[in-house]
Amino acid sequence: MTGNSHDTVSGDLGLSIEEPLIFEQDSPGAVGVDWPEADAGADRLGGLARSGPVGLPSLAEPTVVRHYTRLSQKNYGIDTGLFPLGSCTMKHNPRLNERMARLPGFADIHPLQPESTVQGALALCREVQRWLSVLTGMPGVALTPGAGAHGELCGMMAIRAALDAGGAANADRRRVLVPDSAHGTNPATAAALGFEVVSIPEDERGRVDPGRFEALAGEGGVAAVMLTNPNTCGVFENDIRRIADAVHAAGGYFYCDGANFNAIVGRVRPGDLGVDAMHINLHKTFSTPHGGGGPGSGPVVFSDALAPYAPVPRIVGEDGALRLEEANGEAFGRMKAFHGQMGMFVRALAYMMSHGADGLRQVSGDAVLNANYLLRRLEDVYSAPFAHAGPAMHEALFDDRALRDTGVSTLDIAKAMIDEGLHPMTVYFPLVVHGAMLVEPTETETRASLDRFIAIMRGLAERAKNGAPLTEAPFHAPRRRLDETQAARKPVLRWQAGE
Amino acid sequence: MRYLPITGADRGEMLRAVGASSVEALFSDVPEDALLAEPVDLPLHAGEFEVERRLSRLAARNRAAGAGPFFCGAGSYRHHIPASVDYLIQRGEFLTSYTPYQPEIAQGTLQYLFEFQTQVCLLTGMEVANASMYDGATAAAEAVMMANRVTRRSKAVVSGNLHPHYRDTAATLARFQGFALEAGPPAPAGGEDLASRIDADTSCVVVQYPDLFGNVRDFSELAEAAHAKGALLVVVVTEVVALGALKPPGEMGADIVAAEGQSIGNAMSFGGPHLGLFAARTRHMRQMPGRLCGETVDAEGRRGYVLTLATREQHIRRERATSNICTNSGLCALAFTIHLTLLGETGLKRLAALNHAGAVSLADRLGERVVTPAFFNEFTVRLDGGAAEAVERLAGEGILAGVPVSRLHPGAGLDDLLLVAVTETADAEDLDALAEALK
Amino acid sequence: MAVRTYYTREHEWVRIEDGVAVCGITDYAQTQLGDVVYVELPEVGAEIARDGEAAVVESTKAASDVYAPVTGTIVAVNDRLEESPDLVNESAEDQGWFFRMEIGDEGELDELMDEEGYQAFVEELD
Repeated sequence: MTGNSHDTVSGDLGLSIEEPLIFEQDSPGAVGVDWPEADAGADRLGGLARSGPVGLPSLAEPTVVRHYTRLSQKNYGIDTGLFPLGSCTMKHNPRLNERMARLPGFADIHPLQPESTVQGALALCREVQRWLSVLTGMPGVALTPGAGAHGELCGMMAIRAALDAGGAANADRRRVLVPDSAHGTNPATAAALGFEVVSIPEDERGRVDPGRFEALAGEGGVAAVMLTNPNTCGVFENDIRRIADAVHAAGGYFYCDGANFNAIVGRVRPGDLGVDAMHINLHKTFSTPHGGGGPGSGPVVFSDALAPYAPVPRIVGEDGALRLEEANGEAFGRMKAFHGQMGMFVRALAYMMSHGADGLRQVSGDAVLNANYLLRRLEDVYSAPFAHAGPAMHEALFDDRALRDTGVSTLDIAKAMIDEGLHPMTVYFPLVVHGAMLVEPTETETRASLDRFIAIMRGLAERAKNGAPLTEAPFHAPRRRLDETQAARKPVLRWQAGE
Repeated sequence: MRYLPITGADRGEMLRAVGASSVEALFSDVPEDALLAEPVDLPLHAGEFEVERRLSRLAARNRAAGAGPFFCGAGSYRHHIPASVDYLIQRGEFLTSYTPYQPEIAQGTLQYLFEFQTQVCLLTGMEVANASMYDGATAAAEAVMMANRVTRRSKAVVSGNLHPHYRDTAATLARFQGFALEAGPPAPAGGEDLASRIDADTSCVVVQYPDLFGNVRDFSELAEAAHAKGALLVVVVTEVVALGALKPPGEMGADIVAAEGQSIGNAMSFGGPHLGLFAARTRHMRQMPGRLCGETVDAEGRRGYVLTLATREQHIRRERATSNICTNSGLCALAFTIHLTLLGETGLKRLAALNHAGAVSLADRLGERVVTPAFFNEFTVRLDGGAAEAVERLAGEGILAGVPVSRLHPGAGLDDLLLVAVTETADAEDLDALAEALK
Repeated sequence: MAVRTYYTREHEWVRIEDGVAVCGITDYAQTQLGDVVYVELPEVGAEIARDGEAAVVESTKAASDVYAPVTGTIVAVNDRLEESPDLVNESAEDQGWFFRMEIGDEGELDELMDEEGYQAFVEELD
């Protein structure tokens, strides 16, 4: 099945066309944007004019459009098909959201225009805050964090600020309890802020053992717990109230990683569960596009206890006379330039308004139903470590134990899925499950799409058992498996002239 | 609900297949009293036209920059964006793809990131660049932390002419990470002495180029002074079009360049999303934060690209990662790289020259009010009274005259200073209007 | 005379050659890591206590700390690993050595495993 590229004169195959780098298409004299030459006026660059060429290639517009169109055709997106990447919530991205974000009244406004000229933008930020506050049952909303991990940083900085405000009594409060199944960003965030990370192992139900947690919390010095709920094993931490009580009794705060909020939106408010701070990935639950890796947006909701420490700027005042407050005695500081990811707020609000309170309830309901449907239809061929530890939430967790004797691993199944026209699920995460496959279908798949996924996954398991050469897949993607060892041993991170 | 394809009939059959009596039954692990019986108190779902109408009304309450003469800068700039940029970034294969963790079906994203990294190196004059960061301010803060790691020191000397939002972003991290950040007072006409503030504890000196007030200055001597004491030079750029006209920081001896890339390909969008650029020297490559794309080959020996050096990152190092960062600004980087490819060598230089010529032309009209001796497309003007009041008044007359310094440095006694940026979008009539209004 | 090699539970080996302790990671450790892509070595002159972090070894998917098996001062590092980290895979317990230490107390070696003991330890892990 390999080596088809020798079958054509060019080596290209139909719509699969090799595309050189822009630097290899340099055509001096060509230009893709027509700007006139500036009038030769006085130079006031202070003797710092660039002396040599920048080294950029010259291409005309048709060449450029073709270049990026061809590159796009080497990518898989949600628009292409099912994208069951666990904990990433790859749901449909409505194009209405894109249209709204491009209205000149949102896209073509400057962050430091007079506030009187951006009342609509400030009102929109307020409206996003209102939706997030009502949906989470938490009074404070910090809009500025630029992504989920940035939101974690924001939440944990507010916790540090609150502890610092408590004075000497809290000086030794530096332990942050983090389950082993957590996203890597959780321990990285805590460590970046000078906290000591204490790992909590999962129990056989894929959850934090409340008794064990209480014991750990009782050892003193607790600043916070960072808990993802629903967690990355795909289940709801049903002892969440005991965990919240224990951390509060120990004098610490409850940080919830909101990466999986899509499973409960419209049905459960984290504020009712004892959470003090939680980030919300607008690019997950509220469908702002992932864009090949950002930009994200990670607003943080706060309990009454932490809200005073939220970062600046804050939006204050009445509608029609809204202002940006840049200084506040208790605020812990600033997260980034300006006021947050406005373009993402517009998209998220368009999404929330489109669904409404009723539609968002259906979002979580269908997301959870779809995951359970996949779990039950596949658990006889792929081992599912927590299949009987309660209903799955919005993702189904499998592993490769059932394939152990076939020589086929989780990675091979993932790569074979590529040949079948599917994007693989999240693999080898959470780390606590060996050979993990974390499947999140989301609510925007049809039943036919789910059934097709099930049929393919069952077929691949069957093929693995029959000795099919899955360990070499993919065969039909724009590239076969790539040599990551070479990439890391001799890093080539840029094009160089003369190569 | 138009985005939710599961029908009532599907739901019934699927519930039977999973052995649950209802969707609610699947939430049995949630404490019962926390399970909402009714939708929350927010509006119900709305059709596309209705959402469009309501959001358009909000948008109409903002004054778009294109509605009249416009001169705001200070870290976010209005430049023309070619139509093909916005068309290409909205292709679903780019817009709706994920971080390229499965490189076999993400070569489109990976190849443009490789091209992007190369372009950032060329613009800044540096050796390696990452696949982008949240924005210029967070890139600058990460640069300081990287300098701390490289030098194993913990004090940053910061120019008073660094954008205050950048300074504050770094200061917030400094507070919680326990390193020192010594920022000087603003010096609108330039001429700060930073070299004398470098000592044996200094990990880096952070300067901005052009600086907040528009000054351009050669940092070669400062770089030498820093290096002589074992410190790094971090150069921040908030208007990256300037690098089409100016000597790049890499040629001045910069060790790290942290820049805001919004100016190329991205709308101002009220300040976000923007695009952090991050470039450094090869010898410090493994201390860099953020994602890196590298070239390799596939199983058939064909050239291809992957994310590499991931062992620096949080999903592997967890609490020992170089940074907690887990994303870049992919789509903004795509817009940047497409726009820069369209511009090419000639287009970028012409664009930069037009910006500078416009600014010089306005400065000539304003004469002695201009405080900044050498600049690119932005400079500082001294008014007779408060700049904030003047800006408010001129907004009423349809002119967005710039950013009052007091907006960024409140209470610093600089209330009569106005930052004025001139890009290629301002024509001679606009310049006349502003010059007349500021008379 | 055969030179004795000692082993730690963290999968480092140490051997005294010409009065200096030569240290690296075991063959078992390199197979667990997979292709080694980078080794971060200590600075010559660094004083490191037993079990202190001395080096970092990276594969494409993992980064592991390498600890000093005994207390001592770094007197040399294996510069060849900079260009050829694959030496760790090909010859973990010989050409792929990490660093050499001058040690004060050879008695510390007695607390480590010998080859037989390490083999048994590894078999238990599998």
